[in-house]
Amino acid sequence: MINAVGREIPDELLEDGQEVYQGKFYMDGKYVKKDSPRTKRYEKPLESKLCESIREACEKCGAHDGMTFSFHSDFRNGDYVASMVAKVLVEEMGLKDLTIAATSLGSAQDIIADYIEAGKVIGIQTSGVRGRIGEVISAGKLKTPAVIRSHGGRPRAIEAGEVHIDIAFLAASTSDYYGNAKGTGGKNNCGSMGFAVPDSHYADHVVVITDTLVDFPNLPATISSIDVDCVCIVDSVGDPKKIATLEARMTDNPRELMMAENVANIIASTPYFKDGYSFQTGVGGPSLAVNSFLEKHMVERNITMGFALGGMGSAICKLQDKGLVKKLLDTQDFDLGAIEHLATHPEHNEICTSQYANPSNKGAYVNKLDFVVLAALEIDTKFNVNVITGSDGVLRGAPGGHPDTAAGSKCCIIVTPLVRGRMATVCKDVVTVTTPGDCVDVLVTDYGIAVNPLRSDLIACLDKAGIAHVTIESLMEKAYSLVGTPDDLEWEDQAIAIVEARDGTILDVVRKIKPLQLD
Amino acid sequence: MISRPKPQKNRLRRTMMFMNAQKPGLIKDAYIYGSDSIILDLEDAVAENQKDAARFSLYHALKNIDYGNTEVIVRINGLDTPHWQEDIRCVVAGGADGIRIAKCESAKDVKLVEEHVLAAEREFGVEEGRTILMAALESPLGIMNAYEIVTASPRMFGCAISGGDFRKSMHVQIVKGGIEMLAARGQMLLAARAAGVQCFDTMFPNIDDMDGFQAEVMQNREMGFDGKSIVSPKQIRFVHETFAPTKKEIAYAEKLIRSFNEQADAGVGVYTVDGKMVDIPFFEDARRILALAKACGVYEENL
Amino acid sequence: MEIQKPALAGTLESTDAQVSVEPFAHGIELSIESSVMNQYGRQIKATVLETLERLGVKNAKIVVIDKGALEFTLKARVECAVFRSVGTSEKNIPWGGLVK
Repeated sequence: MINAVGREIPDELLEDGQEVYQGKFYMDGKYVKKDSPRTKRYEKPLESKLCESIREACEKCGAHDGMTFSFHSDFRNGDYVASMVAKVLVEEMGLKDLTIAATSLGSAQDIIADYIEAGKVIGIQTSGVRGRIGEVISAGKLKTPAVIRSHGGRPRAIEAGEVHIDIAFLAASTSDYYGNAKGTGGKNNCGSMGFAVPDSHYADHVVVITDTLVDFPNLPATISSIDVDCVCIVDSVGDPKKIATLEARMTDNPRELMMAENVANIIASTPYFKDGYSFQTGVGGPSLAVNSFLEKHMVERNITMGFALGGMGSAICKLQDKGLVKKLLDTQDFDLGAIEHLATHPEHNEICTSQYANPSNKGAYVNKLDFVVLAALEIDTKFNVNVITGSDGVLRGAPGGHPDTAAGSKCCIIVTPLVRGRMATVCKDVVTVTTPGDCVDVLVTDYGIAVNPLRSDLIACLDKAGIAHVTIESLMEKAYSLVGTPDDLEWEDQAIAIVEARDGTILDVVRKIKPLQLD
Repeated sequence: MISRPKPQKNRLRRTMMFMNAQKPGLIKDAYIYGSDSIILDLEDAVAENQKDAARFSLYHALKNIDYGNTEVIVRINGLDTPHWQEDIRCVVAGGADGIRIAKCESAKDVKLVEEHVLAAEREFGVEEGRTILMAALESPLGIMNAYEIVTASPRMFGCAISGGDFRKSMHVQIVKGGIEMLAARGQMLLAARAAGVQCFDTMFPNIDDMDGFQAEVMQNREMGFDGKSIVSPKQIRFVHETFAPTKKEIAYAEKLIRSFNEQADAGVGVYTVDGKMVDIPFFEDARRILALAKACGVYEENL
Repeated sequence: MEIQKPALAGTLESTDAQVSVEPFAHGIELSIESSVMNQYGRQIKATVLETLERLGVKNAKIVVIDKGALEFTLKARVECAVFRSVGTSEKNIPWGGLVK
């Protein structure tokens, strides 16, 4: 069946009420009966929930073949816990047919790629598929199609029971012996642990894993002890150098600065840029540079930001300290400055992924976003964006909050160079749709700016401000004139990954790539 | 093949950015960075045993990349090497705007290059006289001969000093404030102005030392240079801003021009503006400033 | 042109291509490895063969290791490798003629 972004979805995936993507607010107004976990009653008092080892915790929680277990990725590339647990389950306990439901997977979890190849892990549900895991899934080694969800789509799926987690293994910077846990105050801090919260409420069993035991009660806590079965202490939950950087630095690449300045000018030209406006923050590429160019406009017009939403770095924290930002709503922290700031500043608040971006609750914060600035691997002439597959067809990225913020915000701006090496970013059709074009408003490249024709209001804003723009088709032609028009990729029939839209409908399918054979 | 406009001797050259001809991924975006000129290098950036490969890369880079309004100059190898003749053939056939003669020391050097350029223009069907020339002065003798060098050919549009080699031959180190280069810079500027051509300062190699860079650029401006060689796009913005006339200079120039127009109508040639006596050279300079300001994009009026 | 000795041009840096040629008795034997094989493999092959034909090379063993080179970079590397293999890459190149 062909869906609303023109993608062919195999019929065999459309069983049990599974639908195809039908537009950005298709599920608005519908009702959902939430799932609930099957939890053990701990009526008899326990002195402590500490276990001798991860294995003991797994046995206590009834780890078994065929189960689904979960992790969160707030420790980012420095996380040790996911790999540690997977090793215990597969190598020590010899379990198999496992499904992993993580918030994201990357090179820190490369060992799981081995388990996929060995057939021990048969299902993956995640946002990110970076590193070897992506390569191995693209090669068709995972027994069932991987399910790719955004940060908002994951809690939605968990609440609706589409993903049922048997055991959630939640890494934490500190915990007491009862399971009150959070991401600050320990040896290796990650700051916000917002990714872990939905798991703690919906998994049948919850294991907290920390390297810093603190006095009871460890309050206020992100993970509440009433949801926790076991607590494990390990030497280290992660590599401090890779969890957070010293300070996330703004780019000094002149091309990126030029694009960032253009983005700031576009933002300032819209009517949403007024006192109290909101902004999605990130740490990638030009995002920090955009904030720094916006600062100028804010001071000139005496405007303060009402709230910043998303991933935090020192730069936005400093803006808040300067009085230019009222509140920070934090899902993850990228550098040590932000982690410290979270622990001390009263208006710097941790939020969970459901509050952040879940489309099926009663109003996530992305719905109140004015601006979001995002990157893209590819964007096509219908403004569909691909952030998951390279133009060689191999899985290598993550939707993250991309689809959620694009759908919720008033003005979604994609900023990217026109070509990367010999790969055209602006293309005729993206390899995979991860954010549908009806959610994407403006494209800023180093060769020009294009506005989605659906937004005639924004076109008028740019014209009024004297900001030149061109058609996205002309940008595509320029890209192809530089690198040559690529041949279409060829695919096998086998679907190796399903890309879900944030509302749970199927947005696209990634198939196994058929490598080009030259005779 | 993208056709290029005819090279102009007198044009904005505030920044001349060195680029490696063998890195097309960077060159193809040169005009985005906004440098006034780029210098594709066949000399120091290319290893001795890769000179032939660099030419093939250069030829195709000249023929296939759209440079927009950015001027394209090629630095050929020195006249004491076995490479410069084939360099000239390649550059002219490829259609570059001009040639930078490295290690230029005498009028004879210029005439030799000019001879081969003309022969190449004839061989490859390029309009005779199209390719313009500049000299890089890298030795004491080159600096001493600056005037004869810049007047040696009608193709000459300017000269530049190349600090690295020059300092070595003078037995000096880089000194804050630039006194070790003062005499050389001064002499070169005198020669260029006397000959009516442009003059460019040497590149500042330490990209991370922004303070040192900015100090040197401001001194360049005060001494009267037309532009500067740069090695990174990060250096472009500050040079462009510094070399553009200031609002104050523009306002004063406008005042002079307006008053000149009034007084000329009344038949007066010398008078005072703001308490200072002004005559014809002032007005010519005022016009030059407004033209420069317009070219730099900081002046929109039409005086 | 007749390939006389083995020759190499280009590097393995991103957006470049390394081309090596060797004498060979029976026509053109071409092998290509590329970081953008699926999207541009066919075009890379066509460019290499077209360049060899333009240079009049009928017999050669060519190995191309491409790291996402733009088309004209690839041409430049093939031409340079061929001229080097004939020993005439330093002077009197037919710019605008065989090299286009």
